[in-house]
Parts: sequence; C-alpha cells; structure tokens
Amino acid sequence: MNSQATEQPLIFRKLVKAHLIAGAIFLTISMFGGLFYSLALLQSYPFEGLEIFSPGRVRMVHTNLIAYGFLFNCFVGMLVWTVPRLTGNSLTSEKIGWLTFWAWQLICTLTFIGILLGYAQAVEWGETPIFVDPLVVVGAILLFIQFFPPIAKCKDKGLYVSLWYFSAGLVWVALTYLMGNYLPQFFLPGASGAAVTGLFIHDLVGLFVTPMGWGMMYYFVPIILKKPIFSHGLSLIGFWGLAFFYPLNGVHHFLYSPIPMYAQYGAVISTIAVEIVVTTVIVNFFMTLRGRGDALRTNLPIRWFFTGMVLYFLTCLQCAYQTTLSAQKIIHFSDWVVGHAHLVMFGVFSFWINGMIVYLWPKLCKKEWFSDKINSWAYWLTTIGLIIMFFDLMAAGLVQGFLWKGLVSWESSIIYSIPFWWVRTGAGILMIAGQLGLFLNMWWTSSAGKKIDSPPPASPVVPEPTPAV
Amino acid sequence: MERFSGIFLIAGLIFFGFSVVVMAVIPYMHFVDLPVKTAEEVAPTVMEEFKDLEKRYPEAFKKAFPDGSTIKNVADALREGRDIYVAEGCWHCHSQQIRPVSNEDQRWGKISYPEEYQNELQMPQLMGTRRIGPDLIRTGGTRPNDWHVAHFWNPRDVAPVSVMPPFPWFFDKTGNPDDVPQLNRKGFAMVTYVQWLGSWLNEEDRNVE
Repeated sequence: MNSQATEQPLIFRKLVKAHLIAGAIFLTISMFGGLFYSLALLQSYPFEGLEIFSPGRVRMVHTNLIAYGFLFNCFVGMLVWTVPRLTGNSLTSEKIGWLTFWAWQLICTLTFIGILLGYAQAVEWGETPIFVDPLVVVGAILLFIQFFPPIAKCKDKGLYVSLWYFSAGLVWVALTYLMGNYLPQFFLPGASGAAVTGLFIHDLVGLFVTPMGWGMMYYFVPIILKKPIFSHGLSLIGFWGLAFFYPLNGVHHFLYSPIPMYAQYGAVISTIAVEIVVTTVIVNFFMTLRGRGDALRTNLPIRWFFTGMVLYFLTCLQCAYQTTLSAQKIIHFSDWVVGHAHLVMFGVFSFWINGMIVYLWPKLCKKEWFSDKINSWAYWLTTIGLIIMFFDLMAAGLVQGFLWKGLVSWESSIIYSIPFWWVRTGAGILMIAGQLGLFLNMWWTSSAGKKIDSPPPASPVVPEPTPAV
Repeated sequence: MERFSGIFLIAGLIFFGFSVVVMAVIPYMHFVDLPVKTAEEVAPTVMEEFKDLEKRYPEAFKKAFPDGSTIKNVADALREGRDIYVAEGCWHCHSQQIRPVSNEDQRWGKISYPEEYQNELQMPQLMGTRRIGPDLIRTGGTRPNDWHVAHFWNPRDVAPVSVMPPFPWFFDKTGNPDDVPQLNRKGFAMVTYVQWLGSWLNEEDRNVE
C-alpha cells in the first residue's frame, strides 16, 4: 500500500478541489434563481417579460441545480477524498475522474441552458431535458467504474459503515434515475406514472443524497473527534432500516390521489418507520459526541455537522407527522412542503457539505483559511436565515391550508401569503450572504491564504490532525 | 452483510426491486385495462372553444392554423400546449388534481378519478405538488377565451393580486406600436390546452367556486 502511495498519489487533490468549486458555482447560480423566483411572488420580478428568465423556468433551475450541480458535485468530490482512505486502494484512474468531472459539468450546463430555453421535462427534480438524460446515465456508469473496484478490492473483513452507504447509494442513484426519467415519460401515464414520479422524487433524496450524507458523517465525525463511532449495532440498524424502508416511501407525495389506497397507506407507514430508523443513527452520533461537547464551540466543522443533525432530527419528526393522512388534508399543496424541502436539503445536507468544506479546503490548498471570522459569520448567517425561513414557511403553509379549507376566495389566500413571502425573501438573502461569504473565503484562501508550514503526513491513510478552527 | 457484494445485491438491487414491484408495478396493474387515449381521441370536447377562437381572432388563427379547426389541429394544439405548460413550469404552481378532502370538491368540482389521466397528455403526469395559483383540472370552459387571452398577456389586468408572470411571447407584435398584439401559435395552443382541462365533464362538475 505504501509503495503504491509513493508511485502515484492515492488521492487526487485537484479533482476534489475542482468538484467543490463547481459545486459552489452551481449553488450560487441556484440560490440567485431562488431569490429571483421569490421576488416574482412579491410582484417585483426583475426580469419581467423576458422569455428565457421567466420565473417558471428559473424556479426549475433553482431546484434542479441544487440536486445535480451542487449536491452531486460536492458528494463526488467527497467520494474522491474518502474512498481511497477508507479502502487503502487507489481509485481506478485519474483520467476517468476528470472525464466524470467534465461530463458532469456538461450535464449541468446543458440542463441549465436547456431549462431556460424551454426544454424542461415534466418530472419533478428530474427537469433535466430529455436529450440530457442519456448523458446522466453515462455519468453514473463512469462513477461505477471509478469507485466500485477499490471498494470491491478492499481486503478488510467487513467494510466500514461509510462504504456501505456509498456502494448502495451509487447503485440506487443509477436505477432511480433510469426509473424516474424514462417510465413516466414514455410508458406510464396518469396515476401509475404519478406513483413512479413519487418514488423518483423521494428516492433521489433518500437513496442518493441521504446515503452520501450519512457516509460522509460516518467518515468525518470520528476523524475530527479522534474517537470511534459509539455503536456498530446502531450503524447496522440505521443502514439496513434505511435500505429497506426508504425506497417504499415515494407515494406519500401523492396522498389522496387516484393511486390505489393500499400503496398510499404503505407509503405512510414506511415513512414513519424510516424516521424511527433514522433516529437510531442520530443517537449513534450524539453518543459519539458525548464527552467532547466542547468541540461544538471550538471546532467549526463539528458545529456545522451537528447543527445539521439537530435539523435532521427536526426534519424526521416533521416528516413522520406531516405524512399522516390527517395532516396532509391541510398541508399538501401549501408552503409547508417548501419549508420542509429547504430544511432537509439546505439545513441538513448543505450544512454537512459546508462543514466538510471548512475541514477539507485548507488541506486541499495546503493553506490556512484566509479568515476564520468569515467562516464563523457564514455559519451564523446561514443558520439563522434557514431557521427563519423554515418557521415562516411552515406557518404560511398552515395559513394557506386552512384558508383553502375554509373556502375563502383564492385571491385572499394570496394576499394573506404575501407577508410570509416577504419574510422568506429576507431569510433567503441571509442564507445567500452566508454561503457567498464561505465561497469568497474559499477563493481568498486559495489565492492569498498563508501556507501551512508543516507538510501533511506522508501516508495518506493516517487520519489528519484536527484543524485549529 | 458488511461486504460489498452483499450490500450491492441485497440493498442495492433486491430492496430497490421490491419497492418498485410493490409501489409501482402493482399499482400499475390496477390501470392496465384502462385504454391510454391519444390527443386526437380526447380532442373533441374542446372543439367548441377552438372554433370560438377561430371566430374571434380570424386573421391570427389563419396564420397559426391555415387549414382551420380540424381535429388534427386541435390535437396538435393540445400537444404543443402541454409542452409549453411543461416548459414554462406552469405545473410547479398549478396542480391538476382534486382531492376528496379539505372541501376541494366544493371549491373546484368533481374529485379526480383514474380514467381522466389515461391519455398521452398526462405522460408524464401533471398532477402537481404545489398550488400557488388555482388548480386547473376543472377550469376548462369556466371562463371565456377572451379572459384567457387577456390573462396570458398580463395576469394582473384581470386579477390584480395575481403573482403569475405575463407571457408576451405567446403574442406576435406588428411593427406599428399602436396595433394590438395578436395571439401566435403558442398562444392558441396554450388557450386550447387550458380550456381542454376538465372539458370532458358536465358543467356542474367543473369549478363551482
């Protein structure tokens, strides 16, 4: 293993860096898309009457780039960093890594342009135009070629938890993408198509984003805290519970629709089950933190990670409640759901990615952070913004739901929503300010940061020292 | 259970396959006997509105559909209208599904049933998951064509609190600034599509708000 490390570097630092930069760029585009769209709801859209920036199209850019531009890029970067360290094997090839990288940027750019020019596909979170879909499948196959051989070659008796999540997540994302983008488009109309699109929306969250996120946590948290995970048994329950129950959840996006009722009941029950399972994972992490609570104050990556986990618990709790048929009567179709989506995608997974960036970026650039103060501001602005947005949209959803049920005129429900939408825009600006601060800090660090004096440890599989943040 | 092959096979393939069978294939079996109609087969119910468009805007209509109001033209308009509805992201703010709860049948009309989604215009389905604007599946025929034309030009002219964007690219402008903009083919397709939604039902089953 060590001889291999001297011949070629085990980890492709530049590739990790490139993926994180691409992720940051796409998140920036996406966040401004969200901001402009929220202005449209306030009757003050800046590009009114301009065809390619029509708010409907910009809204799709917002959600789609979050998934494929931001989360995907950052997670692949994370895989390039972690998989060789966890397996002791080098990835298949650096060339395939760069091919995947450029293929993926091509996919996202084509999607961005395609949606703005009016070629979106009517699959929620799969708005990627039909002519880009085959490219995504090619991209997924490249990921198999890159990451499966080192994992399969791993000689350890059992794989580490992170690798369970990564192996399963990569299989799932390819299958999910094929299912969601092709079946409803070409084979299944109406209610049966709705069942599949429901599965697609939820599988993309549950079978790609969630496994990558948890795999990432299982790698970074023990390394930064320098102690093992609390319980192997809880890790097993968490993984296999997720693997069994999560794929069954999708239909809960279409409750009270013409989809057969047993599928809807099944989806509700397995949603509640998955939330219980996921709680075991959270318990596992908080027990790992036990005795090291000071890290929340002194170590910014840990603070990002565990804030994300608290919000994850909140998401789960909310999810188990909102998926019930009684709650759905009021909250379905309302802003409540939008709030939930922001809580889980931004409050959990983006927070975790931010934590990873704070930890990893100095190692990638071999430079110290340009400013720790900006990083701290980024944390507080983003967190406060997100929490305001979440509670604001939740309240808006309840107001809308009850107004609709009360049969007041549609116009009134809009008038009553507008104050909530103002608050949402304000909260969004806070979040954007925080994220931009972090990204600018990344830039300044790599261009003007102070060089780290001591070189990183020679053997790449040895955990690095905790950064002084 | 902790090896790559086991995870790949059990979690990656078997569990996923199980979920697809239970949550997609078996539900699909319920609908397998319902015929999937083409746009031509569902077009006749909106023919009246299409002819009305021809009568009201004869010149613009002639330019968009030179051979008049044939079934083929209605079907083409529906397909193009659906494509625009998707491209503009209409389906992210307007649902097409009436639920049996929350007084939705009082507000919109008849509760959604599987047969009305069994046609090529619902591939992919457009039931939607968010209502910023009203639900549209019962809207056909409840407002005159003129209302829709004015509404697409500038929604706030007819509904001042509306947060819907205007769609000036559904209209062609002549060089002369004094001339009234005329609907183009996109605009006709869009009005036809919206007027088609729910046109397969009796009037008392549609939008009784």
